[in-house]
Amino acid sequence: MQRSPGDHLYFGTVGLLAGFTMLLLLAPTAVVLIISFTGGITLKFPPPSWSVRWYLELLKSDEIIQPAITSLKVAVLATIGSATLGTAAALGIARSKTRLARLLDSLFMSPMVLPAMAFGLSLLLVFNMLAIRLSLATLVLGHIIICVPFVIRMVGAAVQQLNPVLIDCSISLGASRWYTFRRITFPLIRRGIVAGCFVAFLSSFDNVPISLFLADARTEVLPIKLWAILEGSLDVRVAAVSGVIVIATLIGLILAERLGGLNRQMQSR
Amino acid sequence: MLLRSPAMKQMLPAMPLATLFLVTFVVPLLVLVFLSLFRTPQFLEMGPDQYVRFFSEGFSLQVLFDTLVLGVEVALLTLLLSYPLGLAYLAASPTGRTIITFLILLPLLTSTVVRTFAWIVILGREGIVNSTMLSLGLWDQPARLLYTWGGLVVALAQIQLPLMALPVINSLLRVDRNLMKAAEGLGASQLRIFFTVILPLTLPGAIAGWLLVFAAAVTAFITQTLVGGGRMILMPLYIYQQAMGVQEWPFAAALSLIFTVAVIGIVGVIGAVSRRFMRGIDAA
Repeated sequence: MQRSPGDHLYFGTVGLLAGFTMLLLLAPTAVVLIISFTGGITLKFPPPSWSVRWYLELLKSDEIIQPAITSLKVAVLATIGSATLGTAAALGIARSKTRLARLLDSLFMSPMVLPAMAFGLSLLLVFNMLAIRLSLATLVLGHIIICVPFVIRMVGAAVQQLNPVLIDCSISLGASRWYTFRRITFPLIRRGIVAGCFVAFLSSFDNVPISLFLADARTEVLPIKLWAILEGSLDVRVAAVSGVIVIATLIGLILAERLGGLNRQMQSR
Repeated sequence: MLLRSPAMKQMLPAMPLATLFLVTFVVPLLVLVFLSLFRTPQFLEMGPDQYVRFFSEGFSLQVLFDTLVLGVEVALLTLLLSYPLGLAYLAASPTGRTIITFLILLPLLTSTVVRTFAWIVILGREGIVNSTMLSLGLWDQPARLLYTWGGLVVALAQIQLPLMALPVINSLLRVDRNLMKAAEGLGASQLRIFFTVILPLTLPGAIAGWLLVFAAAVTAFITQTLVGGGRMILMPLYIYQQAMGVQEWPFAAALSLIFTVAVIGIVGVIGAVSRRFMRGIDAA
């Protein structure tokens, strides 16, 4: 078909903008990886020379490694907590049409809409009022609430695709509820659980608004520590931490994809 | 009795989480409302002083207004970038589509601090933009890009872009290709097809993304403080300063409630208006 000059201009503009957008999506991650191998002492781009000195420096930086370990601990505990409670809840409400089920669903989803800082502040105030000292446990509690919506959404989607006849069959053939869950329900919703865990882990590891209020000197977490470092100076070690996080996330993504077909879960959102 | 019905029994597994939410989510938020009604940080007398302070002080209102404007600007910019990307996705081969999906998911999966840090490297004095412009001879001295409003808007737009691109692409995929072919066959220009066929049919996705980006951008504490700088006070930093800095607990509580109501209000109103508007389109 003949295209008019106007259409050529349209396709050209769209293509150009699309290319620019793709570059924009890729650039920051690439930039972080490149700058983390700089041999210089500033964030000068392009790096004047190449080295792994900042990664080596990182190994010696206890004040960064400690928060990283805390962050991992919190994220693992919050993931286990939200995956257990969230999967149970999703099984309970995902297929129910009652008004209470809808109400609970909105309640469990609300941490996604609500500005999380208000929630973080409110938890801190309640703990203060009740004279509960901040600890790893209080931090994990806050993180669980934030991570649960992701689990419910992904597991809920899997539960809705589950054929209820299979469960009825298993029960009527004499299997116990627990056996049915283990042998029928769980294998069928496993993908949803894996995807939910993956996103829950990332959102806990990355969480700022809750940790900002609930983490103290003993439970300092990585994002807050990095933020504090960058507030003060443009420390190149942050580039090395970033490089580690990017690579670890990519490995995690590949693992989750193998285990649970994450790509499909993301696109079905 | 309804409570003993099988439907209730089926919901039993949800009860542990429901209890946890009640104790650590609903009650704390009610406590937040309660505490915002005290006159001083010593919690002695009650009164609406904090809210009076917020609405009578030009400064606080300005901070709220700036924050909401930031959200609107960032969301509009992501919208502008998402459509070309989505159209390219539609036209791309399966491999091309996989690459685009990967590119969109990549920033979504990298930590916020990392993405923000990248923008510090890009916008900094010796950053990519400055060194490119200087070496091309377009600028004769490095420009200040970090700690500016424009820099913040662009950085946030890039950081939140996946939230817009995913719903936009999803709704683009649902548009019937025959409609575009029909319009083309009838002689419509591509631009006209975009505005009369593609855009109206993908509006639900665009609005869904718009709301997600808006809500994410106004609450992005890390990016706001690091790319915007400490002197650019927006709601999240304001709340943090009042709570953790000067320990004005009641005022911090009131601020976070006002902010929450403003954000949820805007998201709710736009969501409701657009749903009504969509129904109009369906009927037509």
